Amino acid sequence: MSQESLVEIRDLNFTYDSRPVLTGINMTIPRGKVVAVMGISGCGKTTTLRLIGGQLKPTSGEVRVGGQVVHELDADGLYDLRRRMGMLFQFGALFTDMSVFDNIAFQMREHTDLPETMIRDLVLMKLHAVGLRGAHDLMPTELSGGMARRVALARAIALDPMLIMYDEPFAGLDPISLSIVGELIRKLTDALGASSIVVTHDVQESLKIVDYVYFVSEGKIVAEGTAEEMKHSTVPYVHQFIWGEADGPVAFQYPARPYGEELMERAARRG
Amino acid sequence: MDNGLTRVLRQLGAQFSSRIWRLGYASRFFLAIMLHSGTSLRRIHLTIREVYFTGVLSLIIILVSGLFVGMVLGLQGYDTLARYGSTEALGVLVALSLVRELGPVVSALLFASRAGSAITAEIGMMKATEQLSAMEMMAVDPIARVVAPRFWGGVISMPLLAALFSAMGVFGGYLVGVQLIGVDEGSFWSQMQASVDFREDVLNGVIKSFVFGIIVSWVAVFEGYDAEPTAEGVSGATTRTVVTSSLAILAADFILTAFMFTGT
Repeated sequence: MSQESLVEIRDLNFTYDSRPVLTGINMTIPRGKVVAVMGISGCGKTTTLRLIGGQLKPTSGEVRVGGQVVHELDADGLYDLRRRMGMLFQFGALFTDMSVFDNIAFQMREHTDLPETMIRDLVLMKLHAVGLRGAHDLMPTELSGGMARRVALARAIALDPMLIMYDEPFAGLDPISLSIVGELIRKLTDALGASSIVVTHDVQESLKIVDYVYFVSEGKIVAEGTAEEMKHSTVPYVHQFIWGEADGPVAFQYPARPYGEELMERAARRG
Repeated sequence: MDNGLTRVLRQLGAQFSSRIWRLGYASRFFLAIMLHSGTSLRRIHLTIREVYFTGVLSLIIILVSGLFVGMVLGLQGYDTLARYGSTEALGVLVALSLVRELGPVVSALLFASRAGSAITAEIGMMKATEQLSAMEMMAVDPIARVVAPRFWGGVISMPLLAALFSAMGVFGGYLVGVQLIGVDEGSFWSQMQASVDFREDVLNGVIKSFVFGIIVSWVAVFEGYDAEPTAEGVSGATTRTVVTSSLAILAADFILTAFMFTGT
């Protein structure tokens, strides 16, 4: 196990209800880097994050985080590991019954014995890092989508994690919030010396900030490389994805019987 | 025909076995709540907060309903007792019906629709918006942090609400019987005092409401936690909470009454 890589995924298979979701995934997330996992919706990206976080167990293969095999840990070991992970959920998943301040203080209060004055300083520091120190006493319902995402980001880094996972951090954001969140992901990863995994289908924003990209299609890795390599990739799927073409290896049509056959059958029934 | 028959049988069997499976799942969930209740007791403010949300906020509906049920008991009871010329026993009739039956049962039914549905909807929405998942990823067990305090909050609130319901009911019966109709005040209270036994009547009523509290809270947190994480899923779960817990309350009431109040 090399010291450089924080997360190692080896020959990972995952089946859900006898439907294969991931097959033969191999990934390495080096320390201090931002790695993107890209693919169309429903290709198994989020499942990968849940396997790394131990919320799902692999059918075969293994995920190692910091040298530990995630699915072999007992409940205490898993919770210990999760304290060193931060996760940003797709729509923030802020606790709606708590203020912004309490959301970020949540983990500090649950896991540490820090005095309230110190928690206050830490929370304001985290909020300052995402530019929302002034919003600490708002409720999550009072935040715009972009602000909620930034608060969720501050909450994900509350305990200075070694690994931060982002599930579609750019989904549904306006262009300004989009680049703010993008820049924050890069800056916070570098400032904390952490590693980041960004699961996304937003090509333009993520290629600006990531060090390495894995392309996933139908549960398999179809291409990998640095952002620059991916831009010039000749793999048809990657090309279609990056340039956003409507038709290509990913077909426009949902699988169906031949069109002519279906039309003729209708005509025959009517006639 | 044979084909149709097997299909019906198969559907029936599938429904039956899925019900049984769900009951088993709910029982394991109950066990998990018990195992993870330490946090609710150690950090008592979490539970007190839920007592406020489920108990204190249900006060108005419970008190007003109790008052009206008591007043109706006063009217109906007087009408019936007058036929036998024993109207001075009105206090006994009002108090016994409330303390033994109506207090625990009606307040539990109201509690299920007022607080139980709210608990289900809240936990279901937390699940749908990934808040429970987020909590898990922060190494905080949602059963210990979210479910158990709500469960115990409900269990603590229920007997208190039932007691207040009965007290308000007795007061309502007094208003109608003594103040409005003019039953003798002295016999109203003294007969009540003489005939209502603390252990036999009051304590059994409290035990009933405690059991109902467990039933409603258990159903409510389970349905919320098990809800499909969509808008329809949460609304369906909320309805199921009210229906299931109401039926369970009535069934449990019959069983408890059979054990407590027969053969004496």
